[in-house]
Amino acid sequence: MSEKVKFTIDGKEFEGTKGQFIVDAAAENGVYIPVLCHWKDVTPSGSCRICSVKVNGRFMTACTTPLEDGMEVESETEEIQDIRKAIVEMLFVEGNHFCPACEKSGDCDLQGLGYRYQMMVPRFPYAFERRELDAASPKIFLEKNRCIFCKRCIRMIKDEQGKSYFAFKYRGKDLEISMDKELAKNMSEELAQEAMDICPVGAILRKEVGFAKPIGTRKYDKMPIGSDVESSQK
Amino acid sequence: MAQKITIEPVTRVEGHGKVTIHLDSKMNVQQTRLHIVEFRGFERFVQGRPYWEAPVLVQRLCGICPVSHHLAAAKALDVIVGAGTGKGLTATGEKMRRLMHYGQMFQSHALHFFHLSSPDFLLGYDADPAIRNVVGVAQKFPELATQGVLMRKFGQEVINFTAGKKIHGTGAIPGGINKNLSIEERDFLLKGDDPMNVDKMIEWAGDAVNLFKDYYMQNREFVDNFAHFPSNHLSLVREDGALDFYHGVMRAVDSEGNRVLDDVDYQDYYKHIEEEVKNWSYMKFPYMKHLGKDKGWYRVGPLARLNCCDFIPTPKAQKEFEAFRAHTNGKPNNYCLHTHWARLIELLHSAEVIKELLEDPDLQKDDLVVKGKKGNEGVGLIEAPRGTLFHHYKINDDDQITMANLIVSTTNNNEPMNRSVNMVSKNMMTGKAVITEPMKNAVEVAIRAYDPCLSCATHALGKMPLDIKLYGPDDEELDHYKS
Repeated sequence: MSEKVKFTIDGKEFEGTKGQFIVDAAAENGVYIPVLCHWKDVTPSGSCRICSVKVNGRFMTACTTPLEDGMEVESETEEIQDIRKAIVEMLFVEGNHFCPACEKSGDCDLQGLGYRYQMMVPRFPYAFERRELDAASPKIFLEKNRCIFCKRCIRMIKDEQGKSYFAFKYRGKDLEISMDKELAKNMSEELAQEAMDICPVGAILRKEVGFAKPIGTRKYDKMPIGSDVESSQK
Repeated sequence: MAQKITIEPVTRVEGHGKVTIHLDSKMNVQQTRLHIVEFRGFERFVQGRPYWEAPVLVQRLCGICPVSHHLAAAKALDVIVGAGTGKGLTATGEKMRRLMHYGQMFQSHALHFFHLSSPDFLLGYDADPAIRNVVGVAQKFPELATQGVLMRKFGQEVINFTAGKKIHGTGAIPGGINKNLSIEERDFLLKGDDPMNVDKMIEWAGDAVNLFKDYYMQNREFVDNFAHFPSNHLSLVREDGALDFYHGVMRAVDSEGNRVLDDVDYQDYYKHIEEEVKNWSYMKFPYMKHLGKDKGWYRVGPLARLNCCDFIPTPKAQKEFEAFRAHTNGKPNNYCLHTHWARLIELLHSAEVIKELLEDPDLQKDDLVVKGKKGNEGVGLIEAPRGTLFHHYKINDDDQITMANLIVSTTNNNEPMNRSVNMVSKNMMTGKAVITEPMKNAVEVAIRAYDPCLSCATHALGKMPLDIKLYGPDDEELDHYKS
């Protein structure tokens, strides 16, 4: 039987289940901690750091830290807000993100966080990395300019034998997302749609259906990112 | 001593341009040129992108008539996805796009007349430039200025309901449209509180036509003698010869009304149209191939459309069209400033079409997209507010765009605009001891008649060598760079 524990976020007391990740415990209590690489049902990787919080005074990632009794979590402080904003800015300058013509605009988590943290002009210089596009798959258009290396697709989009359709290629600054060309040939429309949906940016695009969703019906058109969690605050 | 006068920037037009006027030692105008000094590279950077992105990406050329680019690109992609042209779409798909486009024509024409051109007519082209602007119009003619603003707003609302946003929407997708028109949206436009409803827009558009006609009666000599020269005229017309902004065949007439391009399929436009690059402008010079560079140039836009079509398929605009045609005894109208008259008749026609479409139940149906056998090349033509707009795309087997060619409305008017500024500067400035501000504004009035969108129109990438000369204070050449 799961053990209930008490913890605080920004001084407010909540109850959660011992061992669940802080980000999930917070969400259950109506407190939104942003995520980009985290996805329910898969092992967390803690790679994007956007969920950084302070736990008992130390920086931790909320998506990988199990809840303990008496934890004091800081999330919405000025210092942490600025760190999260800086991470969003870094992700924007590292890739080539042009929201105006991106079909994920309005459905994009990174864009949503850009609005949430009121990013105006990034404090970092643009890298303008030149990344190739991969259009060879019959179902997926891989827009490498927008990949933020969250690994959601690598961890989640697999065939019946558990083999991943996506993988990282090269290392360090040359790191890029790639697709198994042989596997991709037999990808179903449903799986292609799932891959596009779990991608937090516009890196994975299902072919030939772009912009079918009208403006006004996209994920963040009416409800800004995080507002679904916050509206359930107890 | 020879002189060079520069008018920069040209004001109350979309985009950035400059005019240079060369005078000899006797103050005779030798040559006048309209230079387009900004640069766009959409034809190049759309390459490699997924084809379905083109209607959304390419419309970013412009914030004034992005709908035209959005729809021209979508029409070209209809061909690629096997939906064909024109009648290939579902009724809802085609009519929603039409509504979007006629809303766009309505707002753009209202913007041009009331915000950009009316200061010249209502306040005088030689009025003090400090008041010769939309603020001056608002102060002296507040009711008229309010109408101008609200007409534009109405057109923008039509776009909002069809494209999802007032500027840079996403409504048109290859093979159709991504939404229909809800009853609430329809009623907002059809039965909105006064004055924001389509009946009031038709009434105000009719008033605008009368406003120009009144001005014309009082200033007939000035209007008729201003940059009047014969030219060819080109536009799309519906297959039965009716005025149609969304779809049709290509027709061109010469200055006497003889058909020089006889209702050809625009998928073959490249067999009929060629573009020339000149080394002093980023804007190309199109012409009809079979007539050659010297005789094949043509005008596009409201004047050309009303010269090419046989009739207007809405009653109020048709009545005005008959008066317009009677003025030149049924022959093509080559008076530069009559373009405003033609534009306002089109404004009225757009409002009438919007009403017809709003009353059509097809707009509430759900059959939005059709697709067929995929191809790898498509051409989309549309009559944008400023004239015929050409989009041409090729894609590879991986769905990436490999080639894009855009011939933008203003580009089509390059030669006539240059002829107009040349004519006006010669008529107004030759032999004058002092070149006054009103004389310079007259040159701009000639440009404004074409309602040019200079930002859209510059596409000479890779074909025009960069040539920069650096001169010292005594005109000695210090450096010369050639790409």
